[in-house]
Amino acid sequence: MVAFFSAEHLTMRFDGLTALDDFSLELKEGDLVGLIGPNGAGKTTAFNLITGNLHPTLGSVFFQGKEITGLKPNRIARRGIARTFQNIRLFQDLPVIENVMISYHGRLRSSFLDAVLRTPLYNREERGMREGAFSLLEKVRLSEAANDKAGSLSYGQQRRLEIARALATNPRLLLLDEPAAGMNPQETRELMDFILRVKGDFGLTVLLIEHDMRVVMGICQRIKVLDYGAAIAEGTPQEIQNDPKVITAYLGEADLA
Amino acid sequence: MHPRRDRILTGFSIIALFAFLYWARGNASEYQVRLMNNCAIFVTLAISYNLINGICGQFSLEPNAFVAIGAYTSALLTMSPAEKQLSFIIEPLIWPLSVISVPFWISLLAAGWVTAFLAFLMGFPVFRVRGDYLAIVTLGFGEVVRVVANNLQSVTNGPLGLKGLAPYTNLWWSFGFMVFSLFFIWRLTHSSFGRAMKAIREDEVAAEAMGIRSFRYKMMAFTISGFFEGVAGGLLAHLITTISPTLFTFFLTFNLLIIVVVGGLGSITGSVISSVLFVIGGEVLRAVEEPFSIGSFRVPGVPGMRMVVFSLILIAVMIFARKGIMGRGELSWERLLHFLRAWR
Repeated sequence: MVAFFSAEHLTMRFDGLTALDDFSLELKEGDLVGLIGPNGAGKTTAFNLITGNLHPTLGSVFFQGKEITGLKPNRIARRGIARTFQNIRLFQDLPVIENVMISYHGRLRSSFLDAVLRTPLYNREERGMREGAFSLLEKVRLSEAANDKAGSLSYGQQRRLEIARALATNPRLLLLDEPAAGMNPQETRELMDFILRVKGDFGLTVLLIEHDMRVVMGICQRIKVLDYGAAIAEGTPQEIQNDPKVITAYLGEADLA
Repeated sequence: MHPRRDRILTGFSIIALFAFLYWARGNASEYQVRLMNNCAIFVTLAISYNLINGICGQFSLEPNAFVAIGAYTSALLTMSPAEKQLSFIIEPLIWPLSVISVPFWISLLAAGWVTAFLAFLMGFPVFRVRGDYLAIVTLGFGEVVRVVANNLQSVTNGPLGLKGLAPYTNLWWSFGFMVFSLFFIWRLTHSSFGRAMKAIREDEVAAEAMGIRSFRYKMMAFTISGFFEGVAGGLLAHLITTISPTLFTFFLTFNLLIIVVVGGLGSITGSVISSVLFVIGGEVLRAVEEPFSIGSFRVPGVPGMRMVVFSLILIAVMIFARKGIMGRGELSWERLLHFLRAWR
């Protein structure tokens, strides 16, 4: 039985710096796994290797039984891995609804001539994209801002729009890069519910990077801890909280001298 | 939103435009007709340049190359074998070009397809780089085409150029093609494909992560832009009836760049307004080069004064309307009618 998703021995070196060293991770369908670690531990590098933004120095990534190492990000996205970004990367100058509609484009069957001639096929697909995007916006409570520019949304709204945009690619695996960053406790609580709800509704597998321990400990089934590019622990929230290596990584070694 | 009303208004404006052209054919002076032709060709060039630079956000500097390729292709195809023999005095034109002579419309189609094909080939190396590097690589291609035109004596007749082309380009051709390119590029921009191109402009990494094949859509914008610029080049060649490599220097690209930036990068209607202002303005400003007198003080005419005034206007636009006349917005019937109502 092949794993739903597995990263094997991923290593990324930038000249002399090893950003990620021998990183392996296996996900079963329906998992909700957290990836934590101090700043600069290599979490986002791991995401970039999985989504094809970076090509690993060593190692490989498998998704649904096929190797996806070295594929272009757009191919990986169309295979069913969607992501959000640590520093929100929306299409700022485009309306909110178009931000989401863009994610449907990869599945468009019309050619550009269909689009120019507005053939029945294209019109039907365009309507479908708009309706699909609108219902996703309703799910993230942004439907009222559908025609506003994405750049004019508040921070929390932008985060939600990024998730809606990722969901519109119809992913099987969703990677969330610090979804709670910059949110207040109220928004964070809402976000946790939202992630769980979306995961259930769409039958997703979720891998998330998060610094907010309430989120990680609250919703993740398993947690993997990175420090200086290497995995130092993996286990349930309970195990991780009591792992001396993790405590050391976060709080530093007690000075016994 | 009144899609039906807008469609009717657009239809009427097109009919009004052609009615005006029909009237102008008999009543406008040759000079005025020439200006109108120039307007139409520049509008076509500007909106196709805007597709790659403004919509897809790939800052490139190659339109002079595309226009040159289109102009030469079309000119070589319409000249009669006898004319070719007379023109190519230093080195004879290579076979089979030396014997081919086709109707104007076929030569225009050929100009479009040849330019689009070369744009497609050019795209592979060009889109391996981004940003400033892209600008420099495309600028290089522009120069390469000009240098080839200057030296490939047996095809382009070198610095002598091609003279005495038949003046096929009239108002119907230039405006007909302008309307077609407006229709095509407008529809493309306002479709899912246009959205994909805008997504690449806004954030290429995010677009890729959402499954957009950025290379493919950059190529698409570049190739389509090549097609329209190539045909416009053919129209230009048969309007001025003489082409030589000096016509297709970086200066042409530079003018188009000014047009699209002043009109608003990413705005089709902005490019249209700005092209018309550019062509007409250039003529109106000729007045400043004439000698004039203030009281008893006589100022002699200064050749080139036009460009000085032009630059001042440009600077003013860039200070007071940094994103150009239209920004990234479009002039819609809604906005126009609203504006008219406010005036009443």
